Amino acid sequence: MACRTCLWLLGTTFFTCTVRLVVEGTEVGATQGSHPEPGVVGSNHSQAGGGHGSSISGIQIVTFKWHHVEAPYLIALWILVAGVSKMVVELNHNLTSVIPESALLIIIGWILGGIIYGADKMQTFTLTPTVFFFYLLPQVILDAGYFMPNKLFFSNMGAILVYAVIGTCWNAATVGLGLWGCWLGGAMGDIDIGLLQFLLFGSLIAAVDPVAVIAVFEEVHVNEVLFIMVFGESLLNDGVTVVLFNVFDAFVSLGGAEIDAVEIIKGIISFFVVAFGGSLVGIIFALLISLLTRCTKNIQIIEPGFIFILGYLSYLTAEMLSLSAILSIVFCGICCQKYINANMDERSVTTVRYVMKVLANGSETIIFVFLGISAIDPAVWVWNTGFILLTLLFIFVFRFIGVFLLTWILNKYRLVPLEFIDQVVMSYGGLRGAVAYGLVAMLDENKFKEKNLMVSTTLIVVYFTVMLQGITMKPLVTWLKVKRAAVTELTLAEKIQNRTFDHMLVAIEDISGQIGHNYMRDKWHNFEERWLCWFLMKPSARKSRDYIFNIFHQLNLKDAMSYVKEVRATHKVRESHDNLILYLQTQDIVPSVCLDMHEQDLTMRESEDFNAHHLLQQHLYRGRKQHRHRYSRSHLETNRDENEVQEIFQRTMRSRLESFKSAKMGVAPAKKIQTKHQKKDKPQKVRGEGTFSPFLHVRPHSHPLIGNVMCMLIKPFRGRFSSALFIQSSKCGGVKMECHLVNIQKQKSRLGLLLLIPAFGTSTFKKGK
Amino acid sequence: MGSTNSTLSKIPNVEELMQETGFTPAHIVRLYDRFEALDKEKTGHLRPQDFGAINRLAMNPIGDRIIGAFFSPGQETVDFHSFVRTLAHFRPVDKKRPKDPSMPEPVNSRTSKLKFAFQLYDQDKDGKISRAELLQVLRSMLEMQVTEEQLESIADRTIQEADLDKDDAISFEEFRKVPPARALRLTYQHGAFAAQGTQNTKTCKVHAHRK
Repeated sequence: MACRTCLWLLGTTFFTCTVRLVVEGTEVGATQGSHPEPGVVGSNHSQAGGGHGSSISGIQIVTFKWHHVEAPYLIALWILVAGVSKMVVELNHNLTSVIPESALLIIIGWILGGIIYGADKMQTFTLTPTVFFFYLLPQVILDAGYFMPNKLFFSNMGAILVYAVIGTCWNAATVGLGLWGCWLGGAMGDIDIGLLQFLLFGSLIAAVDPVAVIAVFEEVHVNEVLFIMVFGESLLNDGVTVVLFNVFDAFVSLGGAEIDAVEIIKGIISFFVVAFGGSLVGIIFALLISLLTRCTKNIQIIEPGFIFILGYLSYLTAEMLSLSAILSIVFCGICCQKYINANMDERSVTTVRYVMKVLANGSETIIFVFLGISAIDPAVWVWNTGFILLTLLFIFVFRFIGVFLLTWILNKYRLVPLEFIDQVVMSYGGLRGAVAYGLVAMLDENKFKEKNLMVSTTLIVVYFTVMLQGITMKPLVTWLKVKRAAVTELTLAEKIQNRTFDHMLVAIEDISGQIGHNYMRDKWHNFEERWLCWFLMKPSARKSRDYIFNIFHQLNLKDAMSYVKEVRATHKVRESHDNLILYLQTQDIVPSVCLDMHEQDLTMRESEDFNAHHLLQQHLYRGRKQHRHRYSRSHLETNRDENEVQEIFQRTMRSRLESFKSAKMGVAPAKKIQTKHQKKDKPQKVRGEGTFSPFLHVRPHSHPLIGNVMCMLIKPFRGRFSSALFIQSSKCGGVKMECHLVNIQKQKSRLGLLLLIPAFGTSTFKKGK
Repeated sequence: MGSTNSTLSKIPNVEELMQETGFTPAHIVRLYDRFEALDKEKTGHLRPQDFGAINRLAMNPIGDRIIGAFFSPGQETVDFHSFVRTLAHFRPVDKKRPKDPSMPEPVNSRTSKLKFAFQLYDQDKDGKISRAELLQVLRSMLEMQVTEEQLESIADRTIQEADLDKDDAISFEEFRKVPPARALRLTYQHGAFAAQGTQNTKTCKVHAHRK
């Protein structure tokens, strides 16, 4: 408690002192006009003048050269302040679970703004559109695109587009027209405004904001479909917003009289151009990035930089061509993620992920703090009860109406209808944020006499949605949730049953094929596999991409290692170049799950108090239903789900292998597989693995493995290389076998050995369907 | 719906199948497509390897057991009828079905669902889940870190709690003493058996999770 208050006081004092210093420093000196370069702060103060030098006699040992460092200093200072604010906000987790972080940051912004205002008597630092759109927004959107769950996104693309395009147009039109109607009716008093300006205002206030949505949905965990709907909508509606904004802006400039059908048609065409053009620019840059990472093997240390630079360039390029910049950078991130993750070194990928999060989080913090600060500026405040209240009412009500209407239509075509609760959450979660503020601040004061009114209204709308709706979202969701029967403590049997049922359902889903055979999807998949991967991915990345492959890779490594140890002891292996050669590497073999781990853990567990419930709680496999693929601004996903999946996979493969062997050899756990040249021993120390297996029922035919194995050789490569060696067997009693030989890094020992891991399934197994 | 009819005509005894399982023609067609997709060699029968080719099943702890459940004892292949019959267990329950004791229990009733689940545990089909069988299931569902002793303790306690007639095994009657709602979990929730459409996603009710 004391620590918290200390930090808080420290923060404010620190800031106040700095500001004082800055202010005093800048008050002296001649005017030098506004800053030529945009800084984080749009300072209205004049720069401190330079000329001190001439009248001093002698050398100055230390000089105070504020003007020298002013711009970068202020920028760095503000970033620091934003970071410290975030730290202060995160001190108390109870608070952040009730009030979303974004709201708290805005409050801090108010406080800081108050301090500055108190010191300066004017708001020296505000969120200017330039800074916002060029320096703060791109990384947030790039982060969204890069971490986007692609499958989910594209499978719901239709619905997302409907909400983004039609929904936003609906919102814009209704809000604009509604306000206009009320103005005509006199509810707003006497303001100098027209229909077109209302429509423009409607279009900029209509758009759901991605930054705000993420910030609030972090706290409220909703199901993934709902999440992707709102999130996707918030990203894609930029296409519409940009067009509407520009069109109405142009109309206002033209004046009402000039608008005729031609202009309207041009407006509609511009929508398509802007939207598709922006996406196309993004996709082109994604291709560039993927191609580039394909060739950066020798400069791995700066690989991550390319991603950010090219992402930013895609944003700027689209902006330059007056296309939708947000769409561009989103699609850049979406399209390139798969290829760059495959092409780049693991460390580079990690770097990219972390840096992306740092930048996005940092930007978001700064945005919200400045949204708060910008409010404390009496110069922009114009209060018009009617306008403001009506705006709030309309965006709220029309959002609900729009969502329900569109969902009603969509549900006729969707297999899985969106439920009532989902719709409520979606409507309620339509938050407006900084994008709206940025757009409104860009308006020209001469054309829009009521700009300040609009700015004030926008700010109030943003605060209302982010803070009020943000705070009440969670309780609303909890309240709407259907009350279950009182939860009694489940017995062990019931817990096990529940989990079994979950797994069963997942299995049945997989067997019955949840995703239908969609012709287009299959075609795209084939096209992508054949051409795009060949073009955009490194050859080595292509081969190691296969998931099953990786698993076998690890299985093989372990077995290969143990075999090598055995073979070394017996000196049985001769070096052989022209047949099957496997080169081992000893470094870097850390299978993510050690199959023999339980033996090592024995001692650790013995002393603990035994509690069956606790064990079940901790160690039951969670199953796919509970692996939630959650996009999160502030957390990078841990690998627990992956580990679990890999572990299960390995066990299943092992047990199938065992039962296959015992079926084939007619001998229970058969340890020897005779091959052409070498023997192999597979010591199985697993924990009495599944003796049950349907694969046991396979009637063993008499052909042993000997002589049925045709091997192909892949020339060993130098350096880092990982590829597959496929050994196709001829049909052995109706059971096709596939053997994967993984050829990894060349080792000095030059031992050759044969490793046969018969894998189950037909040849499709390797395709990783 | 021309394609539906043409596909339906390819399936023998499809009327009887629909009657027995309660699937609609669209469902049957969809399942037939899936069956054919799994049956790579077009033999008209599925073998364990065909199921094994679904690699997502390999990531399921009880995946192999489920595969086994499709195969009747002694049978090595599954034809389309058995395939559909097994999947029919997971259809939603007909709430409006009149309780007629003379008619056989439909495939998707609560009891049938529970029976299906029971058979997963009870491999030797003696009507009871013995301690060894329970151990096997637990083994496959718990992480590798859990030791053998711990597993055995859990199994012992589970049987203790559930076993009412003290025969050190869980019979079907004891197994089914669950709240009726729980059996309903064995219902495929949305869309898997529905006709092919543009979207195939599952939705769960919105739930606010605690962090």
